[in-house]
Amino acid sequence: MQRLSVRYAKRGRLRFTSHRDISRAVERAVRRADVPVAFSAGFSPHPKISYVGAVAPTGVASEAEYLEISVTRICDPDLLRAALDTSLPPGLDVLAVIEAGAGSLADQLECSAWELRLPGADLALARAAVERFGATERIEVERLTKKGLRRFDTREAVLSLEVFEGTEATAGQASSQPCVILRMVVRHATPAVRPDDVLTGLRLVADFAPPVPPEVTRLAQGPLDVRTGEPADPFDLDRDITRGGEAEPVGRHVGGDI
Amino acid sequence: MSVESLFPRLEALLHKVQKPIQYVGGELNSTVKDWDETTVRWALMYPDAYEVGLPNQGVQILYEILNELPETLAERTYSVWPDLEALMRSEGVPQFTVDAHRPVRAFDVFGLSFSTELGYTNMLTALDLAGIPLEAADRGDDDPIVLAGGHAAFNPEPVADFLDAAVLGDGEQIAIAITEVIREWKAEGSPGGRDELLMRLAESGGVYVPKFYDVDYHADGRIQRVAPNRSGVPWRVHKHTVMDLDEWPYPKKPLVPLAETVHERFSVEIFRGCTRGCRFCQAGMITRPVRERSITTIGDMVEAGVKASGFNEVGLLSLSSADHSEIGEVAKGLADRYEGTSTSLSLPSTRVDAFNIDLANEFSRNGRRSGLTFAPEGGSERMRKVINKMVTEEDLIRTVTTAYTQGWRQVKLYFMCGLPTEEDADVLGIADLAKKVIKAGREATGSRDVRCTVSIGGFVPKPHTPFQWAGQADHETVDRRLRALKDALRNDKQYGRAIGLRYHDGKPSIVEGLLSRGDRRVGKVIRAVWEGGGRFDGWSEHFSYQRWMDGAAEAGIDVDWYTTREREENEVLPWDHLDAGLDREWLWQDWQDAVNDVEVEDCRWTPCYDCGVCPTMGTEIQIGPTGKKLLPLTVV
Repeated sequence: MQRLSVRYAKRGRLRFTSHRDISRAVERAVRRADVPVAFSAGFSPHPKISYVGAVAPTGVASEAEYLEISVTRICDPDLLRAALDTSLPPGLDVLAVIEAGAGSLADQLECSAWELRLPGADLALARAAVERFGATERIEVERLTKKGLRRFDTREAVLSLEVFEGTEATAGQASSQPCVILRMVVRHATPAVRPDDVLTGLRLVADFAPPVPPEVTRLAQGPLDVRTGEPADPFDLDRDITRGGEAEPVGRHVGGDI
Repeated sequence: MSVESLFPRLEALLHKVQKPIQYVGGELNSTVKDWDETTVRWALMYPDAYEVGLPNQGVQILYEILNELPETLAERTYSVWPDLEALMRSEGVPQFTVDAHRPVRAFDVFGLSFSTELGYTNMLTALDLAGIPLEAADRGDDDPIVLAGGHAAFNPEPVADFLDAAVLGDGEQIAIAITEVIREWKAEGSPGGRDELLMRLAESGGVYVPKFYDVDYHADGRIQRVAPNRSGVPWRVHKHTVMDLDEWPYPKKPLVPLAETVHERFSVEIFRGCTRGCRFCQAGMITRPVRERSITTIGDMVEAGVKASGFNEVGLLSLSSADHSEIGEVAKGLADRYEGTSTSLSLPSTRVDAFNIDLANEFSRNGRRSGLTFAPEGGSERMRKVINKMVTEEDLIRTVTTAYTQGWRQVKLYFMCGLPTEEDADVLGIADLAKKVIKAGREATGSRDVRCTVSIGGFVPKPHTPFQWAGQADHETVDRRLRALKDALRNDKQYGRAIGLRYHDGKPSIVEGLLSRGDRRVGKVIRAVWEGGGRFDGWSEHFSYQRWMDGAAEAGIDVDWYTTREREENEVLPWDHLDAGLDREWLWQDWQDAVNDVEVEDCRWTPCYDCGVCPTMGTEIQIGPTGKKLLPLTVV
């Protein structure tokens, strides 16, 4: 039995897939690609594919989703990556596959970097709101979760939050319009603080509300690199081990503040 | 003239709706063609939610066949849920296809597949969202030809005002023929506009154009006659029958949705048609004769389809799959091929005999033993004679007992309520039958761990069946009998707890009855209901009986006259000018036989009894055995 870690993206219109949609699509792709996936025992065997970390919500794009797959025959990670990618519909793209190491991938997914594109939002207002957000110690928001309406702090988990000016050039629109870009690194917590919770926080502290729903993308997730304040590549550790390199200890970082 | 994708405008709405993935397309094996490189363009619709419509075989087959044609493009569209409908209206986004998100109005043909009449209001929503006038009479040269197919199209009269055309029967060849007519007409510069195109289609004899027919009525409301109102239009329009299914092995590349749908499997039709002669069954009457797909083609289609889709379940479809002449070999061959893999096989089991259990055992070799379904349909021996479902009580009990002793713990029994000549005792007979089944099962297995579920559907008399003249049971009668049945089961201390009962109230069947046997005057009811908010009438949470009754009152339509009234032999029926091949005199005789408890054998094994289909349509029964076997798949 071999365990492989897979990094995949959900892009474009396929960002509207839910977790269940992705899991069905992956199971079918595995079958089409003839991947020798291992099955659980029991009355109703299911393929051993596990989704690591909190998957990007429906409607949110991602460049860094992770799953692990167990196979009954040793597979070449690069060949598996290509085969799986071909078998998945365009928009669910397999970016990297490595042989899983001894450690837990889930433990390494400490934080995520997110990008929020806010077409038509006011740059100055966004800057002011982000400043207020940073200067506030605790911002309670409410969100309906599977466990009912939860009230939690959206401030502490946010390790960094920055504002940029960009242009919005979606397909079908001839001219590009100005667009505010928020970029943030958020520590994974329970309940998870999601980008929309941060937006809610911005509305609460500074009455900042974008005119249209934001386009949200998870750019990366991984262990927090204290030097850069960004998530590092969680595959680096296992790659180092495979290469015989010395691994840095993970999971003991203390996140810095904004 | 090219058309722009509506996706950027739609995308902005998707954050606000439930299950947005159903609107984005991008399914594996879907096709997007260049608009400008094609000349004939079809928008195909299954007028229900995506989760129901996507798996539809008819739409998938036509989608693939049309896209294989040069210069032809086919895309799909489904009903949008009310949350998106409201947003599309407020933002001015028209009905779109999911493939390239093109506006439906830009296509040449808007083809709708009606498996059930309850999709009619959804058609009106789609037309309205598309910006196509609801009534055919109001459409112009820029509007697509609105074309209906599917089983409900065998009586399209209730929707005649909304349709430009309808086709009866198998769609493969007629869709290609229609494409050809449109291509030629466009190549000539679209002479005579829309009317000439419809005329060319009507003249071919294979396409029904309602507006070329006038309906006259007697003073009492019955139809006097239906006649063409211009020369060149045939008096009767005939159904289409594809012969040699091996020549048409579709779908080859099944659509694999990202969203969850009602059937998550690759389905292969193992034959079309059925001559069991069940008198309530419209499908069995209008799809004659039986045409089998050969065992080798079935094997090839399963192999290719599983490979192309990644589905882990294969369904062998037909109206009575156990009747395939080589079903035993098919089952064994496929079970051998997929033994030890994660591919499982399923067969809609309806025949009540021991052979069916052998098949089920074969199919469950590679999967779980969930449950077996048998369909005696009628609760009493007499009732089963009336409907020509030739199953005796002994057959049923023996079969179910065999299933229990072979390890099946759960058996589902399917019945109907509201059948012609039915009395209270016939429905109560269902309870007796179920109890006997459990009693025999307990004795045979020595265990109390046997269960059965009784599932009951309301009977609706359908056009082109011997029961097309029958009076439909009113919903009060149906509900009263179902209540009595429920009490009889619930009050039984000994067996009641081992028997589950599933049923619906009788009201939706009345609406279905109105739409099934209605004439052109019923169109006003459909429009009134739709204007009153009627949507997704096949969904109990959206269906409103009151809305239909209000709509009927508004349109001045007497629902009872259309539903519970028994018709005379010589009454002109709204669909008499539409030819399913069945001889009207034979149908009437079969109706008389039904009332007199006279049964009719299957013509596959007994001499022809002259139902009329084969000689009228120039078709014949195509069945095996071929004597061939399925070889093991070569391991790569």
